[in-house]
Amino acid sequence: MLDDTISQQAAALRRGDYSANELVTAYLTRIVARNGMLNAYLTVTEQAALDGARAADAALADGSAGPLTGIPIAHKDIFCTDGVRTSCASRMLDNFIAPYDATVVMRLAAAGAVVLGKTNMDEFAMGSSNETSFYGPVRNPWDSQRVPGGSSGGSAAAVAAGLCAAATGTDTGGSIRQPAALTGICGLKPTYGRVSRYGMIAFASSLDQGGPMARSAQDLALLLQAMAGFDPRDSTSIEREVPDYTAALGVSLQGLRIGLPREYFDAGLDPAVGDAVRAALAELERLGATLVDISLPHTHLSVPAYYVVAPAEASSNLARYDGVRYGYRCDNPADLQDLYQRSRSEGFGAEVKRRILIGTYVLSAGYYDAYYLKAQRVRRLIRNDFLEAFGQVDVIAGPTVPGPAFRLGERSNDPVAMYLSDIYTLAVNLAGLPGLSVPCGLVQGLPVGLQLIGRDFDEASLLNVAHRYQQVTDWHLRRPPEA
Amino acid sequence: MSISNDEVRKAAHLARIWVPAEQLPVYAAELNAILALVERMNSVDTSQVLPLAHPVDASQRLRPDAVTETDQRRHFQAGAPLVQDGLYLVPKVIE
Repeated sequence: MLDDTISQQAAALRRGDYSANELVTAYLTRIVARNGMLNAYLTVTEQAALDGARAADAALADGSAGPLTGIPIAHKDIFCTDGVRTSCASRMLDNFIAPYDATVVMRLAAAGAVVLGKTNMDEFAMGSSNETSFYGPVRNPWDSQRVPGGSSGGSAAAVAAGLCAAATGTDTGGSIRQPAALTGICGLKPTYGRVSRYGMIAFASSLDQGGPMARSAQDLALLLQAMAGFDPRDSTSIEREVPDYTAALGVSLQGLRIGLPREYFDAGLDPAVGDAVRAALAELERLGATLVDISLPHTHLSVPAYYVVAPAEASSNLARYDGVRYGYRCDNPADLQDLYQRSRSEGFGAEVKRRILIGTYVLSAGYYDAYYLKAQRVRRLIRNDFLEAFGQVDVIAGPTVPGPAFRLGERSNDPVAMYLSDIYTLAVNLAGLPGLSVPCGLVQGLPVGLQLIGRDFDEASLLNVAHRYQQVTDWHLRRPPEA
Repeated sequence: MSISNDEVRKAAHLARIWVPAEQLPVYAAELNAILALVERMNSVDTSQVLPLAHPVDASQRLRPDAVTETDQRRHFQAGAPLVQDGLYLVPKVIE
């Protein structure tokens, strides 16, 4: 049952093949066996999960079950969960018990999902490898010497290793799609504003977007259905009707125009990854899609613009961690300035400090125009590239990541090399568009992903393309050797 | 543009992060590598381009100016390092 997709599990629960209690217990047993090595979970909420399973079985028995009733999921530790530690993988929030639920958490609970626990991540979602967590790195279930990707690496590893049926993630520069690609699962970054950010601990407010991670596109559709929609408590949430994502699956690809940006197939792409992506594109062509050569000419500026906008917003958002109202406080501060400075210096890790410093620098007097304003202008050029491309094509496709998962520690001392891991994903966040990664092959025994990018709020097309692809391929059914 | 040790110290002070003196050159080198990457943006002329602050170019939505939240001070202060009589306690500052 742990190898089943969500839709298979939902059907099996309704048929009575197994109970929610049996399903949840099986996952909890597997977590005990595997989490020590993977470090994918930071907190396992065993009793709450068993209580949730009991309630799910009651709902299944009395006919009041929702679409996700009894489905065991995990939340990235960036989502506030009432009464449960929400650490953001930082020493700063090591002692923080969230006093409320994030909207995403509430909506998935309302749909009947059972929460198994909270997953590891890069500290405050800053990282591309899941090595910056205060609680140690997550290991890739396909090869324990390699990273699972970041920052939603714990969620990705948990889904890939069968430690939950699905998980939530957040994507500021590729943090759902990149780990999904490196662990052989599916991940969707919705359009900015589609899923509420209320209760999601802020990193870079104009880029952060929560989304689902699961084994199939069909599962992503089920999860997004529960997560998406206007939230009056999030001022960046957009009032727009949520379509029926599951009903949109199965539409023919005949006549669909898929744009291939030549900049995504340049010299920086691992040739074997390029071959796998091209094979996936050929499959989509066989399904009726037309492949169109396009250009996104400002792609090379997405990494520079991102590493101004994201740290600038982070430096502002993380100013709230001052040791006064919640979170870590240093011992015996001499005065208020000492309290601020030592609490922040002791509470934050190296990557977070690096980004706060760069953000503070680019926003400081004399540099704002040269860096931040310039980056916001470049951001419009990047978005305009996409808008122009969507005049010619319906969906854009390319690799999610330039290469397969790299070794732990390989890029830890070279921030710029690490930042380039996200070269194909960052532009999507800067432009606010939806992006989806779907497994499309194995290179040296490691998964690689095909990235699909859509028009604003057109998640349905991405889910449909990925679903059609998964109906004729089995990459999403492959499991890590020991899972 | 390149960032000096003094500028790292200044940014660290503004951010209320303590960087030990021996670490200043390390941070300066890392930040300079990042800034070198960032300065690739200067390869395009953006003088006629409007900045994009919101990713889908939407304007900020406002809600009616009405009280909607209930008083949960005690609940929220349960996670504070130190409180007394509903107030957060911090060290004295004597100038």
